[in-house]
Amino acid sequence: MRDEELRGQEMGRKRFTRRVLLLGGVQGLVGAGLAARMYHLQVVESPQHRAAADRNRFDDSMIAPPRGQIVDRFGRPLAVNKQNYRLFVSRDGSPDVEETLAQLARLIDLPEHRRQKALRELRTGSRFAPVMVAENLTWDEFALVNANAPALPGVTPDVGWMRDYPQKDSCAHVVGYVATPSQQDQEADPENRRLLLLPSMKIGKNGVERTEDPILRGKAGARRAEVNVRGQVIREISRDDGERGAELTLTLDADLQKYAMERMGDYSGSVVVMDVRTGDLIVLASMPGYDPNPFVGGISHAAWRALNEDPLRPLNNKAVAGSYAPGSTFKMIVALAGLDSGMISPQHTVFCNGRMPLGDHIFHCWKRGGHGAVDMNRAIKESCDVYFYDVARRMGVDRIAEVGRKFGVGEAPDVALPYVRPGVMPDRAWHLAKYGYGWPQGQTLNVSIGQGYVEMTPLQLALMTASFANGGYGVTPRLVKAINGEEVKLEPLVDLGFRRAHIEAMQRSMDAVCNEQRGTGYNARIKLAGYEMAGKTGTAQVRRITAAERARRVRANEELPRHLRDHALFVAYAPRHDPRYACSIIVEHGGGGSAVAAPMVRDILTRLMTRPPPSEAAGASEEVGQGRAG
Amino acid sequence: MSFFDEAPRQRLSLPARFLRLHWPLIALIAAVATVGFFMMHSVGRGQAPWAQQQMTRFIVGGGLMVAIALVDVRFWRKIAYLAYAAGVAGLVAVDVMGVVGMGAQRWIDFGFVRFQPSELMKVALVLALARYYHDIGPVRAGKLLWLIPALLMIAAPCALVLIQPDLGTAVLLGLGGFSAMFLAGASWWFFILMALGLGGAIWAVFASQGTDWQLLRDYQYRRIEVFLDPTQDPQGAGYHINQSMIAFGSGGVEGKGYMAGSQTQLDFLPEKRTDFIFTTFAEEFGMIGAVSLLALYTLLVWMCLASALRIRHSFGRILAGSLAMAFFCYYGINMAMVMGLAPVVGVPLPLISYGGTSMIALMCAFGLMLSAFVYRDAPFDTRRG
Repeated sequence: MRDEELRGQEMGRKRFTRRVLLLGGVQGLVGAGLAARMYHLQVVESPQHRAAADRNRFDDSMIAPPRGQIVDRFGRPLAVNKQNYRLFVSRDGSPDVEETLAQLARLIDLPEHRRQKALRELRTGSRFAPVMVAENLTWDEFALVNANAPALPGVTPDVGWMRDYPQKDSCAHVVGYVATPSQQDQEADPENRRLLLLPSMKIGKNGVERTEDPILRGKAGARRAEVNVRGQVIREISRDDGERGAELTLTLDADLQKYAMERMGDYSGSVVVMDVRTGDLIVLASMPGYDPNPFVGGISHAAWRALNEDPLRPLNNKAVAGSYAPGSTFKMIVALAGLDSGMISPQHTVFCNGRMPLGDHIFHCWKRGGHGAVDMNRAIKESCDVYFYDVARRMGVDRIAEVGRKFGVGEAPDVALPYVRPGVMPDRAWHLAKYGYGWPQGQTLNVSIGQGYVEMTPLQLALMTASFANGGYGVTPRLVKAINGEEVKLEPLVDLGFRRAHIEAMQRSMDAVCNEQRGTGYNARIKLAGYEMAGKTGTAQVRRITAAERARRVRANEELPRHLRDHALFVAYAPRHDPRYACSIIVEHGGGGSAVAAPMVRDILTRLMTRPPPSEAAGASEEVGQGRAG
Repeated sequence: MSFFDEAPRQRLSLPARFLRLHWPLIALIAAVATVGFFMMHSVGRGQAPWAQQQMTRFIVGGGLMVAIALVDVRFWRKIAYLAYAAGVAGLVAVDVMGVVGMGAQRWIDFGFVRFQPSELMKVALVLALARYYHDIGPVRAGKLLWLIPALLMIAAPCALVLIQPDLGTAVLLGLGGFSAMFLAGASWWFFILMALGLGGAIWAVFASQGTDWQLLRDYQYRRIEVFLDPTQDPQGAGYHINQSMIAFGSGGVEGKGYMAGSQTQLDFLPEKRTDFIFTTFAEEFGMIGAVSLLALYTLLVWMCLASALRIRHSFGRILAGSLAMAFFCYYGINMAMVMGLAPVVGVPLPLISYGGTSMIALMCAFGLMLSAFVYRDAPFDTRRG
């Protein structure tokens, strides 16, 4: 019995030893397996885990660069960055966001819809993502919130930048505006997609803000921060503030532009004033204007619709995108074409009896009864239509078009603005391509007085005038005068290839328009000695005058509803003996060029030439201009 | 083998008992625990007092371990069933009046200390099984009929722990109990049947999902699903294991340096103080550190098993051997878990993870092991016992 027990003990002990060794072996195998897993994770898969750890650890964000400011030629601010006092709320910091927002509403003006929007964003967004509840606070409101910070858990005050346009509606068409990039903007620029996604990022949507956006935008900065799992920044690892955008100096004179717009009063239309030697655009106004500031923060749909549906089309930059029949302001081109082709001489005389029949149609002169015998000078001075009918009929439209194109008609001027239109310079080939049949001769007569198919923008009219004023040189319009204080190189003047004597004949005629009795612009002449202007009136017909009406009596503009009245045009340069400035104006439905448009130009040019000599930082450019034009 | 040849002594003097303590084993335990202190310092960013707290616990636990080791192993045999009963009573108590923590009831709050009966149970179960197999003798241990009391002894605490619910502890209890049965000499047939039964149980667990008799809680199913494919839910249930594997792998061979593990220090790694402490270690010390720590653990268990072979009574052998195996299951499951090889079941890394009860229970277990080793030659009179 005792032995049996001892044998059992011995058996149990041996069995135990066997099984311990077995388990020890199993344990070794498991250990080897665990070590193999370590090798797999820490050697084989290590790079991928390391990358994932870095993604966790680093928060790379882009820093929107400060946008470059825009000033006018005298340094007056056109587009600046204004401090924008904002408030953010995060769910993380506040025990009860609804209560926090209610507290906030007691301190500052917080509209209900804004509050609801913030609450919605807070509910759906990440726990740690701050949501903007208010912006553009006044300093007083902002200070009040800061003083009450302990009662507002989760509210973070922040100072951002906001684009501001202090000139409001007077320079909106030129300067344009910025706005938050749209989906299309982001897709169109995949390289900068991340930058465009930044909540504070704005891009140029119109005007110079749009065309010069790449240099105004600057270079994005980058920040790498170490963050913990809650997104709190532990420390900043690297920071590159980027480069601020370029400061632009425009050629514009904001005060003169404002004056020009005021001078146009209630009329819609456009004024362009430029330097005939440098191409500097001193005034580029489109009426009515609009305030670009609401666009920056996102304009309301109703406000946008009101602007978009306004019959006076305030959003349209008429100076470059308004295409008008030039009317009689086109007559110099016709006359020059006649001289240049050798068809006529300045002494060429036509007898005007007030009408010219062509086929079964009668073309009328604006003056009932006619001008009698007119030479070229008188034809321009008194704007005789029949003279130009006669010259054009004999010359053909292609000759006119050839000269017109040299003056830039039918080609969009190279200017740093969006939506620049080319106008229309019709000729026979154009007509055939467009309508599929030959040129009707009557249209030649229409074109000869700037009616019919021919269309020009106010900027093209100013460029044309500048070329007559500077002795026949093509000018490239310049809008950006300097970038970061560095003068933008002037485009050289281009000789259009007309004989000096012919250009001077045009100049004499334009002089006569303003400075001789019976000239159509005589009543609006500048009387100040040495500052006199030379110009040409124009009236572009908006309606068709029927034979029946003509038989009774052509109704005067005053008798017509405004939208049927003629457009009033005037182009001019001054001073007449030493031309510096060219100006064009279109007064939509203004009636007559001589009565409405010319006095406006007189006042604008007088103000430009007689303003107190400003401390113009652009003295250098003017010297360059003089040297070139001389 | 000179120790074995010594004449068995009825009583040992206190100095003699001291000399017979397994000092290399104690040194190894202290070494592993010291790694834990440094890791507590690291996850506390040098500020939280976790390392000091852990050290205090280790010192208290160490004192307890030596005290237990110096008590005659026959006394431990005597109170084995009592300890088991106390453990079961404690588990019943937590189910009734325990406090809710981490979605599971696991603690009894005595006011001054929070106590986890399941930790005590891990030791008490092995103790009771060692006594049971010692008492029935090695011959009957191999008989199938004698399996039934042992199985019931394992099943009761497992069931009580599963109610809490704490799958990890239940698995550890079961593995500890089976280790004791295996070392005591239970038939191979039993283990083969067990393996088949386990397969059936796993099938039942999945089959029951979504039915009225669902065996596991929803979150446990979720953990299993996410374990099988952690990328399924990187922000939710898979978050823990994904972040753990990122931290582990990003440590590379050499590690990111002590206190420089970005995943740990920036809180991307969850539960880094407790269940995922090994991940922190691996992130900061790399594969060199992780393999070294694994080797240290392996050595510790082997040393325990080797010492068990030197014990001349089956109670001590079974006790020491199965406690060593339980310890192995502990770190094995924890390491497998943080490396994505096992589902996240909430098993801490022994001696290193932060936690009072776990540390005390472990040190008690080592105390029992050492007691058996100190009294390795003690004669047992089973009839009188």
